Amino acid sequence: MSLFRGRRILAGAMTLVAAAAMTACGSKTTDEGGATGVTADVSGDTVKVGLLNSLSGTMAISEVTVRDSIMLAVEEINAAGGVLGKKIQPVGEDGASDWPTFAEKAEKLISEDRVAAVFGCWTSASRKAVKPVFEKNKALLFYPVQYEGLEQSPYIFYTGATTNQQIVPGLDYLKSQGAKSVYLVGSDYVFPRTANKIIKAYATANGMTVLGEDYAPLGSTEFGTIVNKVKSSGADAVFNTLNGDSNVAFFKEYKSAGLSAAAMPVVSVSIAEEEVKGIGTQYLEGQLTAWNYYQTTPGAANSKFVAAYKAKYGADKPTSDPMEAAYVGVHLWKAMVEKAGAFDVEKVRSASDGITFDAPEGLVTVDGKTQHIAKTARIGKIGADGLITEVWNSGKPVAPDPYLKTYPWASGLS
Amino acid sequence: MTVLFGQLFTGISIGAVLLLIALGLALTFGQMNVINMAHGEFIMAGAYTTYVLQQSITGAGLSLAVALPVAFVVAGTMGVLLEVLLIRRLYARPLDTLLVTWGVSLILQQLARDIFGSPNVQTRAPELLTGNVALPGGLTIANNRLFILALALAAVAALTLALRLTPLGRRIRAVVQNRDLAAVSGIATSRVDRTTFFLGSGLAGLAGVALTLLGPIGPTMGTNLIIDAFLVVVVGGIGQLKGSVIVAFALGVLQATGEYLTTLSVAKVIVFVAIVAFLQWRPQGLFTLRTRSLA
Amino acid sequence: MTAVTPAPPSTAVRPAPAGPVPPGRPAGRSRLRTLAGFAFGAALLFAVAPLVLSDFRLALLAKYLCVAMVAVGIGIAWGRGGMLTLGQGVFFGLGGYAMAMHLKLADAGPGGMPDFMQLYGQLDELPLWWRPFASPWFALPATVLLPMAVAFGLGSLVFRRRVRGAYFAILSQALAAAMVILLIGQQGTTGGTNGLTDIKGFFGYDLDDPVNQRMVYFIIAGTLLALLALTRQLIHSRYGELLVAVRDGEERVRFLGYDPASVKLVAYVVAAGMAGLAGALFVPAVGIISPALIGIVPSIEFVIGVAVGGRATLLGPVLGAVAVAWARTALSERFPGTWTYLQGLLFVVVVAFLPGGLASLWALARRRDVAAQPQRRGRLSLGRRRAERTEVPAA
Repeated sequence: MSLFRGRRILAGAMTLVAAAAMTACGSKTTDEGGATGVTADVSGDTVKVGLLNSLSGTMAISEVTVRDSIMLAVEEINAAGGVLGKKIQPVGEDGASDWPTFAEKAEKLISEDRVAAVFGCWTSASRKAVKPVFEKNKALLFYPVQYEGLEQSPYIFYTGATTNQQIVPGLDYLKSQGAKSVYLVGSDYVFPRTANKIIKAYATANGMTVLGEDYAPLGSTEFGTIVNKVKSSGADAVFNTLNGDSNVAFFKEYKSAGLSAAAMPVVSVSIAEEEVKGIGTQYLEGQLTAWNYYQTTPGAANSKFVAAYKAKYGADKPTSDPMEAAYVGVHLWKAMVEKAGAFDVEKVRSASDGITFDAPEGLVTVDGKTQHIAKTARIGKIGADGLITEVWNSGKPVAPDPYLKTYPWASGLS
Repeated sequence: MTVLFGQLFTGISIGAVLLLIALGLALTFGQMNVINMAHGEFIMAGAYTTYVLQQSITGAGLSLAVALPVAFVVAGTMGVLLEVLLIRRLYARPLDTLLVTWGVSLILQQLARDIFGSPNVQTRAPELLTGNVALPGGLTIANNRLFILALALAAVAALTLALRLTPLGRRIRAVVQNRDLAAVSGIATSRVDRTTFFLGSGLAGLAGVALTLLGPIGPTMGTNLIIDAFLVVVVGGIGQLKGSVIVAFALGVLQATGEYLTTLSVAKVIVFVAIVAFLQWRPQGLFTLRTRSLA
Repeated sequence: MTAVTPAPPSTAVRPAPAGPVPPGRPAGRSRLRTLAGFAFGAALLFAVAPLVLSDFRLALLAKYLCVAMVAVGIGIAWGRGGMLTLGQGVFFGLGGYAMAMHLKLADAGPGGMPDFMQLYGQLDELPLWWRPFASPWFALPATVLLPMAVAFGLGSLVFRRRVRGAYFAILSQALAAAMVILLIGQQGTTGGTNGLTDIKGFFGYDLDDPVNQRMVYFIIAGTLLALLALTRQLIHSRYGELLVAVRDGEERVRFLGYDPASVKLVAYVVAAGMAGLAGALFVPAVGIISPALIGIVPSIEFVIGVAVGGRATLLGPVLGAVAVAWARTALSERFPGTWTYLQGLLFVVVVAFLPGGLASLWALARRRDVAAQPQRRGRLSLGRRRAERTEVPAA
């Protein structure tokens, strides 16, 4: 005797048939021009922009400060009369450290709020998730974080460093200091894995040896084994592409194992002033970082930025590279819109080439072809006061080269 | 050879951390059958207690010493509040406690974010605990790891003695073994529940203080730890402590060995597979408490 | 020792009449009501929603309905079968990845490779295990059969050894964690943390076109209704009765000569299949599948939707899942900084104080009917649950 009595399977079957019939209403024709670009709503005396950062979840650690600094830029611009006479009205959304949520919120900002541009995202995964959304809707994203390169979307402006503005200078610096061997430690995701690929190609071409390469799952806080391996490798330096919480555990372990900046320096590309505060100078003093901006970077523009930030959010709040890149992004967008004389995305894009801004990090120039910006590379050393002081810079802004086309050793990479 | 011993010690110290985190759960989950997903947030509360105390007590060593008992009380009190307000209503529905405390953990994380800010905060460790002991052959053993190992073992010893020898321990064991009979014998079971929860949550606070020496102090620090801790208790067998102790160290050494031979990610997967395989062999865990219930 | 008290457990099981008469077969009136309910649901999903919602909101609804499909499965496994599975994300992910792999390969064209492989994997040719997914005749069945096969493998190990209750919950959670780590570690072939993104086409239909998005929505809505019809059949069948019996008194069922492990296994495998199907349809609706969708957190969120709606009812899980997903969107749009408080509070209040979920509110309103419906669980089963509690640490 069967346990199942399928008398009314029919009802289910009928629903399926109905659903199949519905597919008939799809359209298979691909009309090229028809892909809908949603135009921003600029009819009133305000213009909306979207702010898309993680305010909850694991990435909130970093992204909340980026949101703060975007808000600062918005307020500055509004105080100075807005953009094309319109006040900026920020619309904030929480990406919740979850990539599909980023895509959902991006779609919402573009098609429901009809914003003129969106500022935000941090992880490469969140950028990859929203990229199709921006391309489909022909809308603009300003992405403020250093990343792994190998990307050039027509609807994204990359205001953080690409690899040749951060990782390559970091390696050049290590080489100039006489490092012959490096150990690579990174979080297990796209940026570290791609960065390490580049580092290995660089090492091969420059006579350096890579003694080991280890990845920890994102959020992992157990580094006993990796530090053991690093220590016994006897490398001249460590190149660290760990992200977030893992850095805290790594450096605490590093110090307990008796390793130090003097014996085996660590070059980090994801530790800015904010992270230094979360780890403690006790563990970090003397270690190196590669960025384009530090709170201590000289210049009137930076003094003004730091003072404004501290006045708004508190004297104990440091400023950092991603925050600065986000702040610069808002100002660059304003300059592009004003040069174009309109908020229209295509006009803004074609106006972008050659736009300059006297940023806290120094003069930056937008490269219209790659939609990245030329910025000065800076190597810094973490001090006992938690601030990072520059020990080397590239002298002039480095032109962005996301695919590393101008580096012969990188020919096999992309 | 040096590396081998180094890895062995790494494994033991991973085990010590697991044990410290899981010890509280061995009480609340193991003895009371409450699946408290907010346990990780009690650990977080312990870590933030250390941070707050350091704002007023400048000496790193002294503040750590003060933080241990204070964090125990803070996290324990949070646990009692949770027990009185919510969990008490749910003893009849153990699986539902999981969902309710998950909601509580979301709220506590956001609370930490609003009070202390989203970014991680730092505490200063006493200089003594950032150094290491050098052994012959180039082997070094980190002092903070030794401290955590000692703390974990001390906590186990204290808890075992308390359960064995004190009247309270006797009552706890009676309630675990047969709640109804215990109630009939005049034990105020709800008061025993509350005390057990205080102890279990307090141990989470203690773990939080210890973890400030090793890892980040931030709103989401607890979430990464909680699953491993539950696995320790499940594999160890609920209703007693010795299973959790053995399993914590075994998993630690397995994890460290796997990490050394393969990668961190693969090691983690190996541990999970080993656990599933182990539960095939002993579905009730390493040690089981004999009760007279009919399953 | 509550477990030896015989009376309470049996009250939760509807009396099973002997003989071939299918027990609990709904009377004619109720059958009519069900049909009316289905017609109403279909009208709502197929006519009202597309008319009143913007393209964006309709796409969100499509996403919620996928979550609802997972919820229907959990309703069977947990609500009816008592297995709290905290690892449905794994099956959702298997279905989603199977579909996404096929669509990525279709986008790349014959002999082509997905974009990310060239970028991050530095692979010269497609990995062997990707190849079968180029064929829709393999990939489409795989979205459902692959999760079912994994569930079958795991379930037959675990249930046979009588791992249950909290043990099973935590084990399934560990499975989700392991799966995520595994996927992330194989970046070159799985896309790592990014997952598989930027899916442009769906069997020749351009997904950027709102008309085609609407079509995907209709497919999802239709599939959900079909799954509901199937589930209704299942829970009103003899098997459905047996499943509830296993939930409420596994040992009793065993003593009656049934094999509870196989009974549970079927429910677990069905739930896995539904999650896989949901994952497969999620991909064209949202255009992305990533480890972030299948780990511990989303797996718990699936279950919470079911608990909020009412785990043991037919419609409860669906409504709960949609309500929780909708609340998440609405709250986070309105209060981007503080919505997690409200979300947490919602879970706590509903699960702690409304054990039957929102469905029990409805039942409360129609108190007269409650007596005749299985919803009375919430009131009468205290004794049974006491029993469940003490039975866990048994030798």
